[in-house]
Amino acid sequence: MDNNGGEETAHACAAKRAGWSGVSDLWSAVESAALLIFTLDSDLVEIVLRSLRVTLTAVTIAAVIGLPFGAALALLRFPGRRLILVALDTLMGLPPVTVGLLVYLMLSRSGPLGTLGLLYTTTAMIIAQCLLVAPIIAALTRQTIEDLWEEYRDELRSLGASTLGAAGTLLWEGRVTLMTAMLAGFGRASAEVGAVMIVGGNIDHVTRVMTTTIALETSKGNLALALGLGIILVCVSLLVAAGIHGFKATAHRWGA
Amino acid sequence: MASTTSTENSGLFAHILPQFQRETGIAVRVVAVGTGQAMTIAERGDADVLFVHHRPSEDKFVADGFGVGRRDVMYNDFLIVGPAADPARIQNVADVTAALAKIAAANAIFISRGDDSGTHKLERTLWSTAGVDVSAASGSWYREAGASMGGTLNIASAVDGYTLSDRGTWLSFRNRGSLTVLLEGDQRLRNPYGVILVNPARHPHVKAADGQAFIEWLTSPRGQAAIADFKIDGETLFFPDAQAGGS
Repeated sequence: MDNNGGEETAHACAAKRAGWSGVSDLWSAVESAALLIFTLDSDLVEIVLRSLRVTLTAVTIAAVIGLPFGAALALLRFPGRRLILVALDTLMGLPPVTVGLLVYLMLSRSGPLGTLGLLYTTTAMIIAQCLLVAPIIAALTRQTIEDLWEEYRDELRSLGASTLGAAGTLLWEGRVTLMTAMLAGFGRASAEVGAVMIVGGNIDHVTRVMTTTIALETSKGNLALALGLGIILVCVSLLVAAGIHGFKATAHRWGA
Repeated sequence: MASTTSTENSGLFAHILPQFQRETGIAVRVVAVGTGQAMTIAERGDADVLFVHHRPSEDKFVADGFGVGRRDVMYNDFLIVGPAADPARIQNVADVTAALAKIAAANAIFISRGDDSGTHKLERTLWSTAGVDVSAASGSWYREAGASMGGTLNIASAVDGYTLSDRGTWLSFRNRGSLTVLLEGDQRLRNPYGVILVNPARHPHVKAADGQAFIEWLTSPRGQAAIADFKIDGETLFFPDAQAGGS
């Protein structure tokens, strides 16, 4: 990434001589970002696509687990439920580094799942991000479905809906709010660096993603380039958020 | 391969690995961390080859049966960098431990890696030779960053502190601020790198043939020439010193 000429503009060089100081550096960061985007730097494209693939896969799997789990917690009453709710809320604040370490110890050759040889692959990164995101989706789903259940309980009961049927109906009714839950999950996963650094290893062309590249360039002292990459990451998040909003608008038209 | 941030961040691997891949068809995946973490990764069998720079730890790694056939590869050296204003007045001191003693006496800010890396281990050894108990000063003038070499340089640059850096990271580092090289050339600042194959008898999944091929190439005239050929701003970063037959 450092040979792409993005930081070799006259302005960036001047900023380099002057050291890292305020506005001019912010400008050269914007400049490096723009250059990387407009030249469609092949390394950058590769890294952005890998970031998206890892994070979107992780969020999808987390949704497949989190949505039914959250709905079950909302509709079922069983001993120990309170305990699970508190645990779930706690897990929402799980530090990514801790999750990374946990997954590392599991997948390490000396760990219980070592024979799978998954460490330092994107699969390991997906597993780690999934563990970070699933509690958020489950907890927000639980809240959404519980609120909707209060509202529609009598109606659904009079229709003779089973618990499973009610869960399906409520998940569909709450889809717009649940989209926001998934977006929150996407935000947590895509912004995270600690876990993917440990289980992915930041290997060039294999497990290097946006956030680990930013960390790497920062440690090389290429602050303008690092910030430029940060700007691109925000742009990618913006596109995803805009996509979700478009989806929501469509969902509303269908008569939610 | 588990290796150190100093080799990866300086750009050495980007320079030599494509050549190795062209000649042998073997792709090398590098996980760059501090020497301490690299060794833990290798001990657990999560790497095939270990390429680090802290001789005592490397010898222990082999003695404990985690690795086989350590070979010298190259060396570079460490520097003391600090603010150009040089509040501790170490500029004309040749003896590194005397310079460290002056920094301590002046209570000048010193940023330590604090991450159990090879650089950090050497730095602690130098402090103890200088007779300074840095653990007691930790948090005051002696600050442990717990960061990579580049991260530590970023901090030193921001607070005008002194630090110990390897030459490779320093030469490729772009955010120097007022930092400049204040001391170099002391024999104790020589930094030898070694390469070790993770013991396949201990971890059967280790790709021993590929790993050995890489070690052979690295210590061969071709690999050694590739290392010598790597320069930043016209300066050679790593000096090859492999001997045939290993050590």
